[in-house]
This record gives sequence, C-alpha cells and structure tokens, in this order.
Amino acid sequence: MAADGDRKPAKKLNLKENYALLTRGLGWEPSYQKKEDIFRTVDFEGVKIHDWDKWEDPFRLTMDAYWKYQGEKERKLYAIIDAFQQNNGQFNVTDVRYVQALKVFLNGIVGLEYASHRGFNILGRELPGVGPRIAAQMQAIDELRHATTQIHAISHYNRYFEGMAEFPHQFDRVWYLSIPKSFFEDAVASGPFEFIVAISFAFEYVLTNLAFMPWMSGAAFNGDMSTVSFGFSAQSDEARHMTLGIEVIKFLLEQDPANVPLVQKWIDKWFWRGYRLLALLATMMDYMLPKRVMSWSEAWTIYYEENGGALFSDLARYGIKPPKYADVTVKEKHRVSHEMWSVFYTVRDALGFPIWLPSKEEMDWFSEKYPETFDRYYRPRFEYWRELEDKGTPFRSSTLPKLCQVCQWPCLYTEPDDASEFVHRQGEYQGEIFHFCSDGCSDIFHDEPEKYVHAWMPVHQIYQGNCFKEGVDPSAADFNPMAAALDYMGIKPGVDGGSMRDHVDAQRWESWTARPANMHEGAITDAVRKTT
Amino acid sequence: MAVEIRTNGVKPVRNTFGHLARRFGDKPATRYQEIAYDVQPEVNLHYKPLWDPDGEIYDRRRTVVTMRDWYALKDPRQFYYGSYTTTRAKQQDALDRQLDFAEKRDLLRLLPDEVRESIVFALLPLRHYEWGANMSNCHVAAYGYGTAVTQAAIMVTTDRLGMAQHLSRIGLLLDGNTGESLSIGRSLWIDEPLWQGLRREVEALFVTRDWFEVLVAQNLAADGLVYPLFYQQFDQHVAARAGSALSSLTDYLLRWYEETAKWVDATIKTAAAENPENRERISQWFRNWRDRMAQALRPLSQSLLGDASEQALAAVLAQLDARAAKLGLTV
Repeated sequence: MAADGDRKPAKKLNLKENYALLTRGLGWEPSYQKKEDIFRTVDFEGVKIHDWDKWEDPFRLTMDAYWKYQGEKERKLYAIIDAFQQNNGQFNVTDVRYVQALKVFLNGIVGLEYASHRGFNILGRELPGVGPRIAAQMQAIDELRHATTQIHAISHYNRYFEGMAEFPHQFDRVWYLSIPKSFFEDAVASGPFEFIVAISFAFEYVLTNLAFMPWMSGAAFNGDMSTVSFGFSAQSDEARHMTLGIEVIKFLLEQDPANVPLVQKWIDKWFWRGYRLLALLATMMDYMLPKRVMSWSEAWTIYYEENGGALFSDLARYGIKPPKYADVTVKEKHRVSHEMWSVFYTVRDALGFPIWLPSKEEMDWFSEKYPETFDRYYRPRFEYWRELEDKGTPFRSSTLPKLCQVCQWPCLYTEPDDASEFVHRQGEYQGEIFHFCSDGCSDIFHDEPEKYVHAWMPVHQIYQGNCFKEGVDPSAADFNPMAAALDYMGIKPGVDGGSMRDHVDAQRWESWTARPANMHEGAITDAVRKTT
Repeated sequence: MAVEIRTNGVKPVRNTFGHLARRFGDKPATRYQEIAYDVQPEVNLHYKPLWDPDGEIYDRRRTVVTMRDWYALKDPRQFYYGSYTTTRAKQQDALDRQLDFAEKRDLLRLLPDEVRESIVFALLPLRHYEWGANMSNCHVAAYGYGTAVTQAAIMVTTDRLGMAQHLSRIGLLLDGNTGESLSIGRSLWIDEPLWQGLRREVEALFVTRDWFEVLVAQNLAADGLVYPLFYQQFDQHVAARAGSALSSLTDYLLRWYEETAKWVDATIKTAAAENPENRERISQWFRNWRDRMAQALRPLSQSLLGDASEQALAAVLAQLDARAAKLGLTV
C-alpha cells in the first residue's frame, strides 16, 4: 500500500469501475473440496463452458443501488394499490368479465412467478461463475417480487368476487391450471442451462412482450389501475431479465460450437412450450377484455413474427435457426382463441370462472379481425349455441377433454392446414399410448419420454379416482364422481364456473355498480334495468 | 349511459384468501401473510428433476428436520419484498452518509500504516466469507421447503452480497480506490495460512447438502463467531489504538447481523421445539460447526488480538452458547 508520504488523492470511480471493484474476484477456485462436488449439476447436460469470466453480469447493479432503485419503485406501487383499495377501484373496471381474466391471472400466473423464483434460486446456487450467480440471484428475488406484488395488486378483488380465494390450492389441483404449472415445473426439473434458455431466452426474451404489452395495455384500457401499476412497475425488471436472456444465449453459443445443437433443441422445445402456454392469453385478449386492445392475431404478428424475425436473423451468424414449427403458430393465429373459447364454453361447469358467448358486436369485430376464419368456422357455432341458450337447452359437454401429454391442453387444436380437422397425434412408450395436441408436443415427448411419463395428468387422475378428498366413498350409492372431483379441486359448482348470465359475480356487480355485468349485452338484473 | 358508482356501504364478501382464513380467521391479512404462506406447490408435482431423479422439485426430504407445518417457520421481521427493499434502501441512505463522511475526511487513509494494514488483513478476506455465506443461503433458498423459508433465505442471500460489497468499499476507502486492498485480501483468503482454517470450513459448507444444516452452520454457528469476533472484538481493539473511524463503518454490519439474527433464531427455535429428534439433530449440528469454526478462528484471533485473544474468543463463545441455549439447543 502507498506509504504516507506519496499518498495521492483517492481516484474517482465511475459506476462501471465501482461495480467491477465491488464484485471483483469474490469467487475463488476451491482447494479443500472438489469443484464437481460443489457444483454438481453443471455438467450433466453436456454444455461446454471454457471461461466463466466471459459471462458478464448484464445488470451491473450493486446491492445498494438495487435496494434503492427497487425500494423507490415499491413505494410508488404500493401508494397506488393503497389508493385503489381505499377508493374501491375494483368497481371502476369496464365490466365484470374483466374480473374473470384476473382470476386466470391470480390462479394461473402467480404460481409461475414463484416457480421462477425457485428455479433462479437453484441457478444462483449452482452456476460456478460469480457474474452468472449474481444475475440469477437478482432475478430470483425479482421473481419473488412479481409473485408478491401480483397477489397484493389482486388481493382486494378477492374480497368482492368469487373464484380467487383458493388460488394456491387450485394451482395444485385444477385440471386446466396444470397447463401453466407443468410448463414451469418442466423448466425447473431440467438442468440449469436448459432452464435458463427456456425461461430467460425463449420465454422472457422471445415471448414475454406478448404477455406484458397487450395484457397490461388491456388492464389500462379496462380501468384496472392496480394491475396496470404492477405491470408497469415490473416492466423495468423484465427489461433486465430480457437482457440476461440474450446475453446467456450469446455466451453459450460463443463458448463452444458443440453447444449450438443443444441450444437449438432447447429453443425449439421452449418456444413451442411457451407458445402453447401463452395461447391462454389469446382467449383473454380476444374474449375476456370488454375493451379490446388488439386481436391475438395482430399481437402475434407484431410481437413474434416481426420482432422475433429480427432476433433470429441476428442469431443466424451463430448457426441458430428460427424455432421449429414457428410456421404452425402463424397458421394457428387465425384460430386458437376461438377454438379455445369454444372448449371453455362446453366445459364451463368444470371451470373456476364463468363463461359467456360473444355478443353480436364482438362477433362483428372478430369478423373484421379474422376475415379468413371467423365467419366460416366460428360464427355459425356461436350462433347455434346462442339459439340453444335462448331455447333453454344450452349445449354442454358431459365428459372431460382428452389432454395432451406435454402441454396439457385439451386436444382441441386443428390441423395446421385444415381448420375443420382436429389434430390427433399419438405415440407409444413402454407399451403405453400417449396423446398429443400437435407435432410440436409430440416431438418434445419423444425426445424425453422418460420425463413426460411423469407428468401429472389431471383428467387421467380424475378418471382413476385419485382426485377425491380424503374420506370420500366412491362406492356410496349417491356418489357423483364429477362433483367429488370438483370439490377436490376447490371449484364450487354453481358458484365458480357456469354461465356468466347466472353468475353471482354478475348479479353482485349490477347491484353494487348499477352497471351491466356485460356492457355488450345489457343488464341481467332489475337493479340495473331500472336505472339505465 | 350515466355512470353512477355506488360504493358506499358495499361490504366485502370475504376478508381474505381461504388458506389465510383457515390459518388466522376471516380477517384482512397482512401483506407479509399474503406472500409468506402456502404459495409453494405441495401436491401433484410434475416430472422428476433431472438434477435429483429420486426427489421432487419441492421436497420435504432435503433435510432430516421434520415439521408438521413448514409455515410455522415465520419471519418475525415480517419482511415481504416491498418492506425488505424499502428497509434496506433507508439503511443504505444512512450508511452512504457515513461512507461519504469517511471519504471526504480520508478517515481510513489517515490511520497509521500498521493499523491500516491490520484492517486489510482482518476485514478484506471477509469479502470472500460473505460470498460463501451468500452461496450457503442461496442453497437454503433453492432447496428449502415453503414460501416462508425460501423468501427469507433469498433476502439473506442478497444481503450477503451487499455485505461483501460493503467490505469492498471499506477496502477502497483504505487504498484510495485503487483496489489494491481487495487484491491483498483475496491473496490472504487463498494462500495465507492463518486464513485457511476458515476457508476450509466455508468450502466444507459448500458440499453440505442438508439445507437446514447449512442454515444452522452458516447463520448461527459461523456468523455467531465471525461477526462478534471481527466487528466487535477486533473493532474495539482498533478503536483503542486509533479511534472510532472504523467503527462508524462496521456498525452497519453489526446492526444487520442483529436484525437477521431475529429470523435465524426464530427459525431454529421453532424447528427445535417441534420434536425431540429435531432438537437433538440441530444441537449436534450446532456443536459440530461451532467447534470447527472456533478452531478455524483461533489462530486468526491470536494474530489479530494477541494476548487479548483467548479472553475475546471465550467471551464470543459464551455469548453464542447462551444464545443457542435460549433457542432450546443443548450446547
């Protein structure tokens, strides 16, 4: 160290130098334990890393800066949430159909944020470099933030509406919530590199704009200040996470040419898996938002075809090709939301939220947005179902749908080149037959059948009698298996699902706000008819 | 259509979520409760993790400690992300004023050479101890069971990175932002014989798989010796010779340690009280790691404190044993 006599004034540090010094050399090569005993999961996937120091932490945030920056965001966010609650902001949304979308969000998405927190905790422990571990740890606590603030933003709605009170219970048990749950558990059950390619790149970088832009704009369009504030507050976190995603991909591709085919395989798999998960958003955007932002087809065009196209032409220099079956997603964009809403309608008695048929006004919008498909395939179906409702004999399905072994959606999709023919793919593994909704999911299964046979398939489980509460006697004379399975899932028949027209949320909404539960169809109760 | 929002007198249908009502009754839940309880999946898990084919993604068997309800391990600070970050931001603001003051007055650089050198020797290798503690707590966050534990553990994980960075700042105040003291600290951590005992134990924690053992070993046994020894005993030793310039910067570490000990103590006390097997097992872990850490620290302590070393170490050990006994452990 400098002796007293020649002490120079302290050097001024810029932010980058400051970060570099504060984190410099924190890690060390262990000598009392073997490295492979400390980092036990980093090798089995076959990824080759020669120099971990080439992975720069893209966030370059010291903890003090992180706390201050995030603390300030939290203060602002909670000020808005508090005001929202004090002013009963839940009654300012467009109509009660919007609240049904929030149920899907709370019951289906919060659990994913938590799973993501856990996945990044594992990476924060298991990656050998300092930069990657810090990046993973910051994302781990960010994901915890998202689970937390989502619950806090939506918590107030739970006090006034049905279908949200049992969100963790339902996430573990409800048949269609195994779609998001299995998606994230698939990623967390993978090795660390597959996880980070799946979540940081395929999901956050390629697909997250589809979740955030239209969805948060949807919240703003429909007057939900609580959710929109959460969304905007989370957006700057997402920007960091997306940066991590692209840096990770480039790091892996630059480290060794042998990584390229592995990364390509994971991009193909997780693009398809993420696309199937986000298809849930297609129904939200097209059917559940009373004031629509854009159609699913438009969102897919902008956020995947245009933005994704630019990304993959940039990655071409590494030998990376656009994801397999991307062409199928483009063909499906004219259909998925309608096909899915149709299935939801037919199984509405087994859902945690009520369903409605699109109004005339909405169908005209669909005709405009989906000129190639809507009038030809879906309008006649909805008009027929409307007729049956008016006659008092509404159509409903009395059986549960067949699920895809990989994405867990009902096998409801149609052939890429024929919208009148359902896709049916099946395959065999160890003498058992498995079903798939698409070639994409079939490929994923056949690459790792030993993994996917361990999927928890809710419909299979229900039919096998594994979804009843303890103490239920299936041999009792008055045993109703469907009612017992719904009870197990935490779905109250006649309260949670069914038809919006008869739903308690709709009736309460009209008596509380004196506005129609469905702004496109007029009031359903006398409370509103008198005042409008 | 005229919009008339009639919100007066609208009574909520329920006051909180079902899982919280079953635990605490149907009354408005706190923001801590809303995230800390039951958010982790428990049943119907998909797939076998490729990194642990015999286990589940969330698996109670990753520790031998057993609990009827893992959510009994609540955080007395009731930290959720928002209260955590705003608390730390506020503390950091106060600390920044101290750092700023020390920098403007060159408080550390004006210390006599031998004092500065002894601070570098004593505190800069601890950056790496904190980085090790970061990894150990991240292990708890990764493999622990239940939202209550994992969220508190990831907060401690990022705290430990913050502490490593704070120690780096002390180094930069000593070396005039050249980073020289950080390099010296790193060499000491890796090569200096006096530091090898501690590094050996930190690396031993990296291969300890039972997450509850890691929690006890790191946050009770190791920190329970390291923090008082360096930030109280050594700090007093420096203050007696060169004034309180250093104390104004290590105080932050001690305040943090006292605050975090509330979570550590509550967690261990509750688990130990759950059943005799837990109490026995946690006590064994505690004694084992306490003895190993004490042995590792003894030569360091002698080198730093000289004649006062034995007495200082004995005081620190007595303090730790008293604390552990209060948690119901047999020491």
